[in-house]
Amino acid sequence: MKGALIALLAIIEREVLRFVSQRGRFLSALVRPLVWLLIFAAGFRAALGLSIMPPYQTYITYEIYIVPGLCAMVQLFNGMQSSLSLVYDREMGSMRLLLTSPLPRWWLLMSKILAGVVVSVVQVYAFLAIAACFGIVFPVFGYLAVLPVLVLTGFMLGALGLLLSSTIKQLENFAGVMNFVIFPMFFLSTALYPLWKMAEASPLLRQICALNPFTHAVELIRFTLYLTPNLLAGVWVMLAALVFFGAAVWGYDPARGMMTKRGG
Amino acid sequence: MLETALDIQGLSYAYGARQALKDVSFTAASGRFTALLGPNGAGKSTLFSLLSCLFVPQTGTLRVAGNSLATAPRAALARMGIVFQQPTLDLDLSVARNLYYFAALQGLSNRVARARIEEALDRLDMRERSDEIVRRLNGGHRRRAELARALIHRPSVLLLDEPTVGLDAPSRRSITDHAHELAAQGLCVLWATHLVDEVAPSDQVLVLHQGRVLADDRCDNLCGADSLAHRFQALIGAPG
Repeated sequence: MKGALIALLAIIEREVLRFVSQRGRFLSALVRPLVWLLIFAAGFRAALGLSIMPPYQTYITYEIYIVPGLCAMVQLFNGMQSSLSLVYDREMGSMRLLLTSPLPRWWLLMSKILAGVVVSVVQVYAFLAIAACFGIVFPVFGYLAVLPVLVLTGFMLGALGLLLSSTIKQLENFAGVMNFVIFPMFFLSTALYPLWKMAEASPLLRQICALNPFTHAVELIRFTLYLTPNLLAGVWVMLAALVFFGAAVWGYDPARGMMTKRGG
Repeated sequence: MLETALDIQGLSYAYGARQALKDVSFTAASGRFTALLGPNGAGKSTLFSLLSCLFVPQTGTLRVAGNSLATAPRAALARMGIVFQQPTLDLDLSVARNLYYFAALQGLSNRVARARIEEALDRLDMRERSDEIVRRLNGGHRRRAELARALIHRPSVLLLDEPTVGLDAPSRRSITDHAHELAAQGLCVLWATHLVDEVAPSDQVLVLHQGRVLADDRCDNLCGADSLAHRFQALIGAPG
């Protein structure tokens, strides 16, 4: 058990060191949601009228509405970035080093996800701090209460990234992930518009949005920031995290022989 | 009689219709340098992937220091040190940090790791490079750092998959000599290569070709008065 914890901490430390040394990654992780918040939201607020709906108890501006969705977006991109680096690691061979450790494979993969979660949580708080500078603030205890939720949502999205990395054979195929995973997941969610607004456009799209685990991640973050419980979203995110993680562990099962594609 | 550290019996593996290994059986002993000699595509990397639990054999058994990879893979992995064909060091970290990371993956505490890392670096004459960033090291020193890393958890079996690929002649000689010294100190060394000049007369030689073991003998017994290069070419049917 002690050995497993030592490995977990080392994997987290390595990810953090990597992140610190890649200033561009940190900057782009911050700039992306800020572009949405300061440019997209400013233009969109006039087009979109929002009624009072939980967890909000009054009319809110569009900027306030999209901040939880942008927090989840930071984690979504971070999960996909980790997935990309896992595919890279696998092609470069350093994934082999991890997987030949005598610790249980599921533990090593979980550690890898948690390392990504630590980085994504730092990014989210940095984004929330900048949003606060622009006057978008939440209840003080909301910032604290959202921490475990960010760990959970980050884990779910990291597990999805891990699952994708187990199915992607080559780095070049990663562009497909952008088109078929990140964009649909983000746009077919409540990150940018509420479900009722989506229903006005298409009831089918609304149904898809309601089934999207990313929607529940966004809502869980949104409700928690306002210290309002949302059990349904919590259960959805937890279930999705378990399914994604289970499938990822299965994907990295050596019996499936996915680590290398050819002999030598 | 040397003790058997690696025992492989009836091992086969296929990628779809292409058979990469066909009924491979051999043993490798502690205190001996065993050269797994084969041309590209012989099945060496597949064998290493199976040994390092990245693949699961379709038929056959593998045992490392008495531990079956099928029933006790973690115990078997704990007894193996592996140097992969592709470099696996983090280029932006120092040699020591890379080694600490590996030690942690083996579950070793910082205190134990420190002593083991110093010991491993001393064995490879790499102590003075400990704080250097890997990116600044030449290919030979990077390989030595990987060899040192593979020794931190004191394995009984050392697997090296074509570790001299891309190195210049002096670096190649140096790594080969280090591996021979480690075998002389009691380790079971399995060294995959396609270069005959890396094999010493007293080494055990396994010739692998098209997934089959064609020869398994001491190099001097295998060659007799002939050179290993000629003998190898004759075995694999290559023009001399």
